[in-house]
Amino acid sequence: MVDVPPPRRRIEPPATVSTAVILTRGLTRTYQAGDVAVHALRGVDLRIEAGEYVAVMGPSGCGKSTLMNTLGCLDSPTGGVYELLGRDVSRLTPDELATVRNRTLGFVFQDFNLLPRTSAIENVELPLLYSSVPPAEQRPRARAALARVGLAGREASTPTQLSGGQQQRVAIARALVTEPALLLADEPTGNLDSQTSIEILALLREQHARGLTIVMVTHDDEVGAQAERLLLMRDGTVVEDRRQRPRSGAPA
Amino acid sequence: MKLWLVTIRLALRSLRRNPLRSGLTSLGVIVGVGAVISMVSLGQGARAALQEQIASVGTNMVMIFPGTTTTGGARAGWGSGKRLTVGDARAIERQIEGLHGVSYHRRDVAQVQAGGANWTTTIWGVPPGYSRVREWPVAAGEFISQTQNDTAAKVAVLGTSVAAQLFGEGVDPVGATIRIKDVPFQVIGLLTSKGQSAYGQDQDDAVFIPFTTAERKVLGTQNLGTVDMIQVSMASQNDEPWVVEQLTDLLRQRRRIQPGQDDDFGIRTMSEMAETADTMARVMSNLLLAIASISLLVGGIGIMNILLVSVTERTREIGIRMAVGAKARHILAQFLCEAVTLSAAGGIAGIAIGIGVSHVISRVSGWPTLVSPLAVVGSFLFSAAVGVFFGFYPARKASRLNPIAALRHD
Repeated sequence: MVDVPPPRRRIEPPATVSTAVILTRGLTRTYQAGDVAVHALRGVDLRIEAGEYVAVMGPSGCGKSTLMNTLGCLDSPTGGVYELLGRDVSRLTPDELATVRNRTLGFVFQDFNLLPRTSAIENVELPLLYSSVPPAEQRPRARAALARVGLAGREASTPTQLSGGQQQRVAIARALVTEPALLLADEPTGNLDSQTSIEILALLREQHARGLTIVMVTHDDEVGAQAERLLLMRDGTVVEDRRQRPRSGAPA
Repeated sequence: MKLWLVTIRLALRSLRRNPLRSGLTSLGVIVGVGAVISMVSLGQGARAALQEQIASVGTNMVMIFPGTTTTGGARAGWGSGKRLTVGDARAIERQIEGLHGVSYHRRDVAQVQAGGANWTTTIWGVPPGYSRVREWPVAAGEFISQTQNDTAAKVAVLGTSVAAQLFGEGVDPVGATIRIKDVPFQVIGLLTSKGQSAYGQDQDDAVFIPFTTAERKVLGTQNLGTVDMIQVSMASQNDEPWVVEQLTDLLRQRRRIQPGQDDDFGIRTMSEMAETADTMARVMSNLLLAIASISLLVGGIGIMNILLVSVTERTREIGIRMAVGAKARHILAQFLCEAVTLSAAGGIAGIAIGIGVSHVISRVSGWPTLVSPLAVVGSFLFSAAVGVFFGFYPARKASRLNPIAALRHD
């Protein structure tokens, strides 16, 4: 059999006037904690265009983590509508959500969340295992993603052999390897020293400059200042939407 | 398709990461399968040996015993009733077709002397046809002839065990003289070795003399013309039902049994005995198998236990996999694969150990063992099934984790 890779399936932004990556209307999320209903999100209306770099800030308990989980398709909203790349994803089954996470989204976490005792290249490869990328293409793509975050040559290193900054780079490579439309970063510098934080933020800016849409949660004002647009949340709603600098990354 | 390969690789890797734990987890299955294989091998070996012994008697043999008497409602056992006679045997020979031969015997235990040696054994009074009916040829000399029987000649044919006791191992006794109950007999033949009977008796511990001689010189004349048992060998085993029917009719007629009355004799066929022995062996095998299955069950519970621990330990890993796009079935497959790998590897090791143990048993104790391919394949499949069964619950538990909660787990 000749090894011809099939055309890659990607969810492309619809060729309509809208270039919104994220569009939410009246998004709510309510948890039941015993007898008490916790309203983590109380109606979030949000529109994030392709190529934006958005920081979400706010005090703890303001709902920014819930918002991230919902935007990240790890959780479904209780009410309202969430359209990702023009597709309503607010009422999908767990398996459909898994497919969306795999094909459209990339995650970067505060504590890296790499698989322990697993090499960097295999960590980066992980999303490809669950994708439709042909097996023969997986290793080269993972290698390219590692090179993209400046870790060429560290393919065989396991997380314990890497510094915190390097681990976060591996995690970013893992998020980038599927070429997602949206990168969600949850306190990506929360566990890093200031010098390393600067490097990681530079890396994210670099990816943004290449056209990647980034939404980042942080409680660090300096980190938040990196973004072009700042969303301030309080009590489950967005209370302030501030453009900090003009949009640079034009959509690809 | 690639995902399956990856899943298997993943399972192997995660099991290699904890070799001691994986080994101990599999131990239950290893012991269980090892026990199944060695027990079944033992059972099968015993069964095969039994069948061989029964075949050594001849499967196309039919034996007729004198029957029971009933005195005031109390029924005595076989042999207590009206005796069978040489006349019965002759009538059978004359009137029933398709027989290979008819023989009979009377026997008693007596002391045999030769030179300075003596030995107590069973003396069998048999007609010349006995050797042919039992399919038991002589190794040296010859068997009792018709003339010797007619003239009540004082000649004897020895079984190998008796010959060894009286003359020593490997010595040809033909031509020597022995004394049975102080009557001198000339040894005219030595039988081939027949081995143990299905009931563990040494068939070679016997001396055969002409039936007429036995009646007159050794066993006493009080029951002249009667026999302990009549043996009929059929030309073909397929004739069995027909032969048994003919025998029954003939004997009922000769013994004047009215219609409606019970037979006062018993007919046993070797195939019937083979069946009984086979059933016994099978019951044994099944019992052993049941015991062994319990250890397999315990092994399965061990796998489930460790997998449940593993799912808890690796909750965060599960969360990460889900976050990057693993579906519930991917996680299910991963843990199920680990369970099956554990149990199947345990199964393979258990099969190897079981075969080894059964070899050791047969070497040490001399019991025959027979490793059955069916048991090997069966226990491998069963151990894999144990993995699926006991792995399913932990795997399902893992696959139903909430990704957010799993990611936050420490």
